[in-house]
Amino acid sequence: MAPLSLPPGKKTVAQKLLGRLNFTRVWCFRGILKGFIGKGLLGKILGNPLGPNTSFYVENNGVDRMVKTPSPCLNPSAQGTPSYDVVIIGCGVSGANIARRLSAYRLRVAVVEKAADVSFGTSKANSGIIHGGFHHPKKYLKSRLEIQGNWMFDRLHQELGFPFKRCGIIVAALHEDEMKAVEHLYWQGRENGALGLELCSRERLLSLEPQLSPEVVGGLYAPAGGIIEPYRFVFALVESALTNGVHLYTNWKVVDAHWNTEKKEWRLVNQEGGSLSARFVVNAAGLYADEVSRLFGAEEYIITPRKGEYFLLDRLTPVRPERVVFPVPSALSKGMLVIPTVEGTVLVGPTADPALSKEDVATTAEHLDIILEAGKRLVPGLNRNDVITTFAGLRPVLGEDFYIEPSTKVPSLIHVAGIQSPGLTASPAIGEYVKDLLKAAGLELTEKPDWNPCLPPRPQARNLSPYEWDDLVQNDPAWGHLVCRCETVTEAEIVEAIRQGHTTLDGIKYFTRAQMGRCQGAFCTYKIIKILMRETGMSYEEITKHGETSQILRGAL
Amino acid sequence: MKDLYYDAVVIGGGAAGMAAALEIERGGHGVAIVEREDFLGGILMQCIHAGFGLKVFKEELTGPEFAERFIEAVLQSSIAVYLGTTVTKLVPWTATNGGGDLGREQEKGVSTSPFPRWELFCVSPEVGVFRILTRAVVLAMGCRERNRGNIRIPGSRPAGIYTAGLAQRLVNIEGYIPGRNIVIIGSGDIGLIMARRMSWIGCTVQAVVEIMPYPSGLTRNIVQCLDDFGIPLYLSSQVTNIFGNHRVEGVEVTPMERGVLIREKAFRLSCDTVLLSVGLVPENELSRTAGVELHPSTGGPVVDSRLMTNLPGIFACGNVLHVHDLVDWVTEEASFCGKQVTQWLAGKMVLRQVPCRAGANVRSVTPNKLNVEEDNPLYLRSMIVANETDLEIRLDNRVIKRIQKSHVQPSEMITLSLGKKELEGVREDSVVELALLPHQ
Repeated sequence: MAPLSLPPGKKTVAQKLLGRLNFTRVWCFRGILKGFIGKGLLGKILGNPLGPNTSFYVENNGVDRMVKTPSPCLNPSAQGTPSYDVVIIGCGVSGANIARRLSAYRLRVAVVEKAADVSFGTSKANSGIIHGGFHHPKKYLKSRLEIQGNWMFDRLHQELGFPFKRCGIIVAALHEDEMKAVEHLYWQGRENGALGLELCSRERLLSLEPQLSPEVVGGLYAPAGGIIEPYRFVFALVESALTNGVHLYTNWKVVDAHWNTEKKEWRLVNQEGGSLSARFVVNAAGLYADEVSRLFGAEEYIITPRKGEYFLLDRLTPVRPERVVFPVPSALSKGMLVIPTVEGTVLVGPTADPALSKEDVATTAEHLDIILEAGKRLVPGLNRNDVITTFAGLRPVLGEDFYIEPSTKVPSLIHVAGIQSPGLTASPAIGEYVKDLLKAAGLELTEKPDWNPCLPPRPQARNLSPYEWDDLVQNDPAWGHLVCRCETVTEAEIVEAIRQGHTTLDGIKYFTRAQMGRCQGAFCTYKIIKILMRETGMSYEEITKHGETSQILRGAL
Repeated sequence: MKDLYYDAVVIGGGAAGMAAALEIERGGHGVAIVEREDFLGGILMQCIHAGFGLKVFKEELTGPEFAERFIEAVLQSSIAVYLGTTVTKLVPWTATNGGGDLGREQEKGVSTSPFPRWELFCVSPEVGVFRILTRAVVLAMGCRERNRGNIRIPGSRPAGIYTAGLAQRLVNIEGYIPGRNIVIIGSGDIGLIMARRMSWIGCTVQAVVEIMPYPSGLTRNIVQCLDDFGIPLYLSSQVTNIFGNHRVEGVEVTPMERGVLIREKAFRLSCDTVLLSVGLVPENELSRTAGVELHPSTGGPVVDSRLMTNLPGIFACGNVLHVHDLVDWVTEEASFCGKQVTQWLAGKMVLRQVPCRAGANVRSVTPNKLNVEEDNPLYLRSMIVANETDLEIRLDNRVIKRIQKSHVQPSEMITLSLGKKELEGVREDSVVELALLPHQ
């Protein structure tokens, strides 16, 4: 690597620093020695043959990495038309859960995703809440899947290691009239089978969450509620599926589908003419499930995008609540909440408004003001100055309930559509449910004896003790190179993200949190670009924010 | 994990850190600079335009040239430099032999203990995680740019939105062009410099859009970077939307009248890149977690006449204390800070200090206390743009000094010195107030 970090014409200093490269090890020792003796007598006796100062100049961190390719199951090079038992369209949280569940059986399974990385749709921009099971009446499928899904998270967390915390959910009533609705939620939750629900007095509620507004009159406490990072959950599920032999194709948009009555299988064609064949297809295409259904000539329905806008507050904000705080819900949505994210920041939102299109994730000035006001009613200490970013996500709305059913018009197609809230909570149960639907439709399920449900533990610098961190640096110097100062992310973690196949800036951001902190990438973007180019051999033109035409750089000097 | 000891540790190897460290070394103390980048000089290294050093060296230098003079001096000295090393935590030293003394010294306000009082956890690829024990810490981490989220520009979130400083780094050091057709939001100095830089490499700068009715950068930069290149500057205008799903496709600009957006007059500018130059924030996250009290109007630590924070032994200088407009002022302030650290390490006390605060039309004053016995350099920021103004310094509502200013504006920092003579007659409960008033 050339000494890019020094501007042209400044070679004198650069050469001096570079000249010390060979002595780096010596310098380390000298630095330590010098540290102890300071300017003492010993220092004078020993002198310093190489000049009085200590420099650690590190070029490429002193290691030549072995180029390790991502899993062979990621975008496997396919000739002809590979055939699968099941192809899942869409790799959001539903698709990923279904894929991981099916990876436990002797099946050939593939997931196709139109975006450059997984979890880039609805699954990346939502509240990240594991719901408590009291928001919806029992008659809905989603209510049952929500309760079942909630129970599955502890085990998934143990197996896959994604960030998850059962911090509990509070519904805060700010008026006596609202307590009626709270009581309704309580009984609804009890009927659904939610565990540990409590109706709370004002005193109990304020002791559970001291940041709450003093105007609160009472509310509901759901200790089983929790928080996760939704994209990291999807990444972990996908990684687990890939280690168990599932194939994933990214940048693979289904543009056509034919049923071959002879072979009894679907043939799927992508935008570049590539094709796959599948005995069964699961349509988990999120916002685009209606369009996919149309391609298959299956049921006609319309998915409406409903937008939710959010504020993200810095982790140093003094008013971070300990639990998720909900207002009393309205008919349309669960309302705007204050969420202590599992990684230490605070999220406020979402709104619920019709979006202009399925690509419209623009934020608006009016809504951002409304969100902050709504958040302040629950937690009055929220401060505008702590806002580090705003963003929006889209809910795929299709009626009141989830639509998870085999098509009645065409064979071997299962719809998993309209998965809006509580879709994230329900998703592990959706995986189970779809597996059962496939079995009922004739897919034979034989368990793999060598199925490995666990992922290796993946340390993160920000969660390590100094001693653990030091051990890692001694084995791999990349652990000592801090790339993202706001969220404490090292080069080793960036490299790991790239090796897991996340080769866009957003993908790396969701995997590592680098660029997600208070500077929003102002200090680390160029470092990540350099690491990405080094690790993958990509040229600068190929570096994108989130794939397609989202290039970061437009030329070189 | 290794432990090191220094009399003083300077966090940050930019202009402020180097100047402070040199002064401490000159005072005969063992000092180390901890710098997270792989080179000294900080942000100066990407400022390859000229205009630095007019006050300190009486000549016009580029950023790297200015930095090099300090780097040379640092390399000649006995200062220990830890490059590529990040401080992750700053905490009081808790070893049994040092902890007990801390409270007593705090009462006396001097450093008599030979034991360290702070420990810094550092990480670098070469050494790993290690700890530096020290008696004094100088915060010189500089500042960071405000970003889109901080000012909440609505719209979509495509690629092509960068802070001006990131664009400067990409162009001047990495050698990449972040975009071809540019709109710059905010008329801060880095934005103006980048308008000229991008024009030089053949890009089109559509406009600079500033929310205030006056530019927020230096006048000389408006002339040299915008006027000379015919780049339009829209004052009293706000970018109210950003378009594009993958890459930026344009922005919506809405003019303001009397501080209110006039929606009917909104217009659209096509561009593929948006650069933000909407102010700088002192980077005090490390200080905040250590317990340093911050000043609401500067965003930097509250400091006394020695530039020491509320935590004994922790000093601050440069842009981490308050954002300066010229590196020359940073250097001056940091050298002063270094001298004060030397005296603190030698156990010298400051007997009498008087609080100092911003009065009419003044946004901020640094430091927040003055030494009654010595000369005090003072830095203040105006809240108004005005000609023929008096800077009035009052001690308990009695005018002790009046300085005439032909022109003041928020973007240009005002410096002055207040000495023993002016501060005569200070009582226990006295307050010094600085105000900018129309000339009498």
